[in-house]
Amino acid sequence: MSFRLPNAGCLIDRSNPVSFTFNGKPVQGYKGDTLASALMAADQRMLGRSFKYHRPRGLVASGGEEPNALMNMGEGARFEPNQRATTTEVFDGLTARSQNHWPSLNFDIGALNNRLARFFPAGFYYKTFMKPQWAWKHLFEPIIRNSAGLGQVPTERDVDRYEYFYAYTDILIIGGGVAGLEAALESGRSGAKVLLLEQSPHFGGRFMVDDIEVDGRDGPAHIAHLLAEIAKLPNVTLRARTQGAGVFDHGYALGYERLTDHAPAATPRHRLWRIRAKRIITATGALERTLNFAGNDIPGVMLASAVRDYIRLYGVTSGARTVVVTNNDDAYRTALTLYAAGLEVPAIIDARPNGGGEMSDQARALGIRIETGHGVAKVIGKKHVTAVEVCLQSGTGGAVESIACDCVAISGGFSPVVHLWSHCGGKLNWDEENAMFSPDPSRPPTDQNGEGFVLAAGTASGALGTNACISTAVTAAHQAADEVGRSIKEEAAPRLTQTPDETPMAPIWTMPAQAPYKLRSKTWLDFQNDVKVSDVQLAAREGYESVEHTKRYTTLGMATDQGKLSNINGLAVLAGALDAEIPQVGTTTFRPPYTPISLGSIAGEASGPLFKPTRKTAIDGWHKSHGAIFEPVADWRRAYAYIQAGETTQDAITREILATRGAVGLFDASTLGKIIVKGPDAGKFLDLLYTNMMSTLKPGKCRYGLMCNENGFLMDDGVVARLDEDTFLCHTTTGGSDRIHAHMEEWLQTEWWDLEVFTANLTEQFTQIVVAGPNARKVLEALGGTDVSREALPFMGFIDGKLAGIQARIFRISFSGELSYEIAVPASQGLLLWNLLLQAGADFGIAPYGTEALHVMRGEKGFVVVGDESDGTVTPHDLGMSWAVSKKKEDFIGKRGMQRSFLMAAGRKQLVGLRTLSDTEKLPESAHAVEGGKAIGHVTSTYFSPTLGHPIAMALINGGQSRMGEVLDFPVGSKVHKARVVDLVFYDKEGAQQDV
Amino acid sequence: MRKYSAFAIAREAFRHHSGWQRAWRSPEPKKSYQVVIVGAGGHGLATAYYLAKNHGIRDIAVIEKGWLGGGNTGRNTTIIRSNYLQDESAAIYEKARGLYEGLSAELNYNIMFSPRGVMMLAQTEHELRGYHRINQANAIQGVATEMLTPEQVKSKVPIMEINGPRYPVLGALWQARGGTARHDAVAWGYARAASDLGVDIIQQTEVTGITQSGGQVTGVQTTRGDISCKKLGIVVAGHSGVLAEMAGFRLPIESVSLQALVSEPIKPCIDVVVMANTVHGYLSQSDKGELVIGGGADGYNNYTQRGSFHHVEETVRALIETFPIISRLKQLRQWGGIVDMTGDRSPIIGKTPLGGCFINCGWGTGGFKSIPGSGWALAATMASGEPDELAAPFGLERFAEGRFIDESVAAGVAH
Repeated sequence: MSFRLPNAGCLIDRSNPVSFTFNGKPVQGYKGDTLASALMAADQRMLGRSFKYHRPRGLVASGGEEPNALMNMGEGARFEPNQRATTTEVFDGLTARSQNHWPSLNFDIGALNNRLARFFPAGFYYKTFMKPQWAWKHLFEPIIRNSAGLGQVPTERDVDRYEYFYAYTDILIIGGGVAGLEAALESGRSGAKVLLLEQSPHFGGRFMVDDIEVDGRDGPAHIAHLLAEIAKLPNVTLRARTQGAGVFDHGYALGYERLTDHAPAATPRHRLWRIRAKRIITATGALERTLNFAGNDIPGVMLASAVRDYIRLYGVTSGARTVVVTNNDDAYRTALTLYAAGLEVPAIIDARPNGGGEMSDQARALGIRIETGHGVAKVIGKKHVTAVEVCLQSGTGGAVESIACDCVAISGGFSPVVHLWSHCGGKLNWDEENAMFSPDPSRPPTDQNGEGFVLAAGTASGALGTNACISTAVTAAHQAADEVGRSIKEEAAPRLTQTPDETPMAPIWTMPAQAPYKLRSKTWLDFQNDVKVSDVQLAAREGYESVEHTKRYTTLGMATDQGKLSNINGLAVLAGALDAEIPQVGTTTFRPPYTPISLGSIAGEASGPLFKPTRKTAIDGWHKSHGAIFEPVADWRRAYAYIQAGETTQDAITREILATRGAVGLFDASTLGKIIVKGPDAGKFLDLLYTNMMSTLKPGKCRYGLMCNENGFLMDDGVVARLDEDTFLCHTTTGGSDRIHAHMEEWLQTEWWDLEVFTANLTEQFTQIVVAGPNARKVLEALGGTDVSREALPFMGFIDGKLAGIQARIFRISFSGELSYEIAVPASQGLLLWNLLLQAGADFGIAPYGTEALHVMRGEKGFVVVGDESDGTVTPHDLGMSWAVSKKKEDFIGKRGMQRSFLMAAGRKQLVGLRTLSDTEKLPESAHAVEGGKAIGHVTSTYFSPTLGHPIAMALINGGQSRMGEVLDFPVGSKVHKARVVDLVFYDKEGAQQDV
Repeated sequence: MRKYSAFAIAREAFRHHSGWQRAWRSPEPKKSYQVVIVGAGGHGLATAYYLAKNHGIRDIAVIEKGWLGGGNTGRNTTIIRSNYLQDESAAIYEKARGLYEGLSAELNYNIMFSPRGVMMLAQTEHELRGYHRINQANAIQGVATEMLTPEQVKSKVPIMEINGPRYPVLGALWQARGGTARHDAVAWGYARAASDLGVDIIQQTEVTGITQSGGQVTGVQTTRGDISCKKLGIVVAGHSGVLAEMAGFRLPIESVSLQALVSEPIKPCIDVVVMANTVHGYLSQSDKGELVIGGGADGYNNYTQRGSFHHVEETVRALIETFPIISRLKQLRQWGGIVDMTGDRSPIIGKTPLGGCFINCGWGTGGFKSIPGSGWALAATMASGEPDELAAPFGLERFAEGRFIDESVAAGVAH
């Protein structure tokens, strides 16, 4: 049984009880407990079921490496699956439920898989379920899907808030154990800006539980001393509950701060730190490895260091009678801790023939039995440990003795946490003496200058002893400080540490060494995913020899702990099976994040209304209050049509068009891109950018222009106005404004850096309003202030002046085919002008129109819309706009592309008009013209024209210009629509309406 | 090759699984082969398999720098679909999809092709028109797709938020016979079947040079010695430019890192593949229970197969808006794969300026779904020496001619 000890537990506050539930059952813990320690105190040893065989699972570890104790946490909108009990702080009202079982944790139908385990070795599913073809999708896969997965599916939208935090620091230290704190103190003294992240709520790491003396202080006292010293340095920041989650190129690192997981309802819940650091020190410690013997997955078998953690930190023990099994000296600390807590240690099984060092003498002196050269043949127990069978380590597992116990503390040695070192390409060395991979300081991750930017310190660097741990931290601090341009003036006095002499560990990868199949097939490597020694050996035998193949074939290390416990053991077993050296086999790739981080934190603040905020024009509020329905166009919303009482959308569009063609319409064109291009070379630049000539444009005049990409395909269009000799205003499409601005800058910065040209995107600075229709001039004249007569302001000209006292730039350009003015005013004046125009236009029949009316009217005129008539495969020639492609210019973007044979070939798709044979039948959107079973083109725009009283359409048709008058078939579904190829311009072919 | 079957598993279960053979041989490279394929990813292995199976050429070596299937074959988000706009694309992707349907049985290796349906969301009017266009094109091409209403989308994916508010779902293009497969198994299955037909798969061997004489390829130099060959296939997505340089020509390709991530596993919650191109993200759930999420490509060229963070955040934001319940799930792992990007985002399959040297590259973000079709087409091309019907439109010369096969209108960012 596991239970709370009468005293001990430096992190819990026994005066502060906390109540929560596990599987609906009330449990009490103390403030400071983790969910794991509180459940242990409540004698809840079985905490879940494994992934594949649904075997009982209990705690193995005490930190983020825990593979088993995963919980469905919380309820409703705060429900979260797969939360690790070991890193969850308890609070009043916490609800936790165990996972992956049905109907209950104790009685799980899925455990049948365990009985059939011999039929389900690694990769069995690749070898069966192949026939009949339908059966995988409809029969086998659903069964597998339903039995796989771990936690339950959330059902509600998350109610918590998340945020980003941006930090710039000279030195980022990851890990708040003794190495991290020593490094922070030392580098902090240089004056460098230092940020230290610690994933747990507490600092000190293993110093809090290992009996170590530094400068005459015990471990916890030394940590308190370091924290006090660091507190004096304003340039050093410490953050607890903040995981160093990932290291990326260019000194970019992620921190994952869990602010309120221990106090829900407060917000934000998580904060994602996005850190730019000049140097990063990984002081992430080391993780203990399990030992590989049969039944090592049974609840009650735990890492020796975790057993010690639970006693020292939380005052709980996972058993009253603990057998310690080890291949190294560190586990003796656990035996001594257990003894000191008054708990039974019936035996220490040390696989090394000659046993351990000073601590083993201490243990022996206390009367603890030590069996050297022995191992565990198997663990007895179903839902928890009842005994271990001891055998000779060198043998085949013949039991020499059975020792009753309720806990087995195991230690297979330590592996430095090299994840963050490795995320960005840091390389590893194999340390033969300690049988572990450690960072190779000569091959660090490199930054943009080719210099190493990550340093490892403490046990994370492979320095397992206390002295080395501290000295590597100090060295790393000095190097980092130097490299960020700070120097540490005063050398700190070296720490004097007092640690027992240790005997080297012995690599033990299977226990016993000659374990037969029967034992190996019960020896777990990956506890969550149910990967056993026999599985890895099978993979090797079948040729999945690369460590990545073995991983993917067996799923070793693919569980939510990402192999923190299993990887090294697994690849050692693989190396054994291949008769290769471990470093030859290598590791799988370490990927961010170190431990899983919430998707919510990655999204940060950008959710709901802040997810891609809607861009609105200055007149948006008016649109909304006047019946507008909107459509998203790029990030903007634009008024699609203004619906009046009793109208359908189509009614409104028809009314708006007729009003504009018959009287005058008003349109909010503010979303069009407006980019200023300025400088002595501006004309030259625009000649290169546009297909037509812009440098010859006279100040005060406008010209419609096309832009192509290098391949000669149309990418944007718009009207360019020359404001003065050096200054052009380029209008772009709504969707194009940011893209075209970036396009300009890319060319200016990378290819034509010698041109003296500057660009500025002024899209949002101006409101632009179109007044179009036969009465347009009258409306402007009613406002007064500027002469807008044909003589003073001819078609394709512009003028700066005042309208009703507002400073305005008035363009004579038309996208509707009517007499049309586009008036640009500062955005702050936009709504005022809009209202003044409405008032002035009231007598002239003014009506606002939306984007659909705009589209229909331009369709009637045969004007193209980039993105409708063009799709990235269309040249200006295809659109019948050869007039806009200069033949004189030596070069422009797309010129060479357009001259390639296929783009010059006859029979390309060409833009034409379409007139349906029936006056009532509009062509469907995107209908394809079909000839002889092959598509020969498609409809690009299709409308009903209220002006003309019949449907119109535009289409790109193979050799379209030579097909004038032909009737084409457009089959859609079971119906064949017929339409005649006609000229593009349906309305006012001569342009008489717009140039008046 | 001893057949895999339920019976074989039962037989092995009673003898400690001691009778399983190697899935593929691990031979010493010979001095000379009729055909050398560089790159033992899905495409390279499929090419070797179809050369052996369809064309009777068995004197083949597939040379792999690392471990087979370790490039983009083992890094993608496993989506299979063929709902392409351009006829040439639809033809080869549909060929691939059709082969995928019968591939488990053909290879005697369960590649877990699961036609769970692929849904491409239309979230703007413009996108909706684009999907209508593809749907119309598909009808003529003989690729079965249909348009779904928002309500139909919701009934297929109950966890989806279809009412926006930012980008409401206006409809979707649906290919019922698209789906997913187990990516590693595709490589392993082809490797096992090809090896059985006599193909030598040489792993952990890097090609360091390509030798030629009189404009004709004569062999490759490798870290395990020189190997001569009559025909050479370069099938090394992500490193195509490097190999092309060895062969003495240049490719119109940029190499960028494409980002992907998975969540921790949960019980089944989404049974189809959803692609949302307006917001740049796509998502499906693996049989293991992880949500497999694909994002965008980095905006700069590089060869490191690492994940960068910036695209991940955009993708995750978009997917949380689309699937609000995933916010409290956790990201388990992120990674990157190097994809070849051509000017028209379509592949290059066929002959090269070097005689006897063929190339298959440039699949961009769409390589996995095309593996069987691509292998089929390159094998036919290499066997005859002239472009196969499926491959012909994708020749390298099209860039000089401007004969692009551009899917950008249809594909957006995600393939």
